[in-house]
Amino acid sequence: MKPLLEVKALTKQYPLPRKGFRKESGAVQAVSGVDLAVMPGETLGIVGESGCGKSTLGLMIARLLEPTAGQVLFEGKDLLKVEGDELRKARRDLQFVFQDPYSSLNPRMKVSEIIAEPMQIHGLYKGVELTKEVSRLLQAVGLSQQQGDRYPHEFSGGQRQRIGIARALSLNPKLIICDEPISALDVSIQAQILNLLKDLQAEYKLTYMFISHGLPSIRFISDRIAVMYLGRIVEIATKQQIFSSVKHPYTEALLQAVPIPDPSLRKKERIILRGELPNPANPPKGCAFHTRCPYATERCQQEQPQLIEVEAGHYAACHYPLDKRKEEGH
Amino acid sequence: MSHLLEVNHLQTHFKTPDGILRAVNGVSFTVDAGETLAIVGESGSGKSVTSMSILGLVSDPGKVVGGEILFEGKNLLRLTKKEYRNMRGKAISVIFQEPMTSLNPIFTVGFQISEVLRTHYKLNRKAAKQRAIEMLDTVGIANAEKVYARYPHQLSGGMRQRVMIAIALVCQPKLLIADEPTTALDVTIQAQILELIQKLAKEQNTGVILITHDLGVVAEMADKVAVMYGGEIVEHASVEQIFHRPSHPYTQGLLASLPKIHEDEQRLYSLPGTVPNLLESSEGCTFAPRCKFASEACLQSKPRLALQGEQHWVSCLKAEEVRG
Repeated sequence: MKPLLEVKALTKQYPLPRKGFRKESGAVQAVSGVDLAVMPGETLGIVGESGCGKSTLGLMIARLLEPTAGQVLFEGKDLLKVEGDELRKARRDLQFVFQDPYSSLNPRMKVSEIIAEPMQIHGLYKGVELTKEVSRLLQAVGLSQQQGDRYPHEFSGGQRQRIGIARALSLNPKLIICDEPISALDVSIQAQILNLLKDLQAEYKLTYMFISHGLPSIRFISDRIAVMYLGRIVEIATKQQIFSSVKHPYTEALLQAVPIPDPSLRKKERIILRGELPNPANPPKGCAFHTRCPYATERCQQEQPQLIEVEAGHYAACHYPLDKRKEEGH
Repeated sequence: MSHLLEVNHLQTHFKTPDGILRAVNGVSFTVDAGETLAIVGESGSGKSVTSMSILGLVSDPGKVVGGEILFEGKNLLRLTKKEYRNMRGKAISVIFQEPMTSLNPIFTVGFQISEVLRTHYKLNRKAAKQRAIEMLDTVGIANAEKVYARYPHQLSGGMRQRVMIAIALVCQPKLLIADEPTTALDVTIQAQILELIQKLAKEQNTGVILITHDLGVVAEMADKVAVMYGGEIVEHASVEQIFHRPSHPYTQGLLASLPKIHEDEQRLYSLPGTVPNLLESSEGCTFAPRCKFASEACLQSKPRLALQGEQHWVSCLKAEEVRG
């Protein structure tokens, strides 16, 4: 099977303001050289902490942000090379659900107008058919037809996120990029939205890229998971591989840092990462994680590890992937 | 033995153009020295307004309209503004969620820590600075002397929250209110901050009220838990009871709706509907419209917190059935 989406060496740099006349200004690497592929029908979860580049990555794939370098191949076509009409057509297959359901809906438009607008722009439906389509979409996301006549401010956060999802669905896309779609919602509402996304995926054969900082929700929704740190993917594998045989020390620490809702599992001894995220304008030499890694050696300070296949389908960017370390007695 | 803090039937209401909003509606609980009580609930459940009421920081159009807040036996609601001010930051301290907006951007963090000492203990500049630097060191800030002279914007979120903790604990308060202290932080930093709060509270035998929506954080930190819904406490018990024998349908639903990190699931349990509108005072149970156990009786009369086991309080007419 061919991948639906392929990302090659995708990079985003933000130049820093110059200091003085002569000094080189330098740049922040928000995303550096990310490679990944998404197969049709699967959900790829992207997880990482703030500043790791996960949102930047999502925005670049949808071309809501111009990459500095690299390729975004959607069904084999390089999205970065198309412009104007062609880009608009390509975007039909690739939609976005945003984090904040308050700022991503136009407050002056009725919900039915918000959902109809993409279809009008692309000239898909008109008149009665358009109205029909809007009410079908409202129903698909669990809202009633009458609710289409209201304005966004009349809805709760969870309902607004449903509206955002209906809008993304309206063009019958192949891929939906969800950028932290549940982070702004209450706990009891998060479960509703996660279930809805899963149901819609089955019904419309959707492919998802699900960006989140929350590992439990990533586990629930994803088939494969990519872990990002300081602009790079440090580990990518199937959900089962990540949770049963983690390879990268950062992923391990991330897994252990998540508080578990069970007081009998209070861990007395766990790895708590010391230190903080390094400055992305001046990333550490060698492995970017070596400053916080409990296992770092001299090699890690010098040599940057490449993302290599440690096991079938399981890639990690670490000189000493975790299982091997145990065998070699490090 | 009397409690460090005893809150009885606290009622805090807000006057709005649309009527009276009952943000906190008859809440009671106690906190002892060295004990951590977690107040957990979703947005609008009244958990933050409860903490603001204890701190005497509810301002117009809100007002504490009923109940009492006994701190070491003294009713805080009878204090004058000045007495309250002398108490805050000294005997009762608070850590807020957003470390960027709760620090003053135009003063150095060092100044903001020593200010507390100079106000409450009348320390001179030098002694206050000395103590503030010690405190920065205690909260795990390397290079404390340098950081003393920095401004909040020069620090990361985790560092700022450490500074907030330093400000809150420098006077060794008896009660610490931590209102979503780690919500704005990344998980790896959250783990550091929670560990720090726990360690310092233990050393100083501080009573802690931890306000959060994160049940994972509750399970790691709390001794006792109060679950709030629609301005009321619906269940109150030890942390083990809450997680292993939840007896209110809301607590059960909340726990069941969390995705698990150790299991693969096909579907999540989800509570139907949304949080209640607090402008409407309901005759019956506030949770009844979302409750799968609800009957006619639930819509007619309000349940009260009743004992359902050792120190396990539940406000539900059908608690026994729910518990199964």
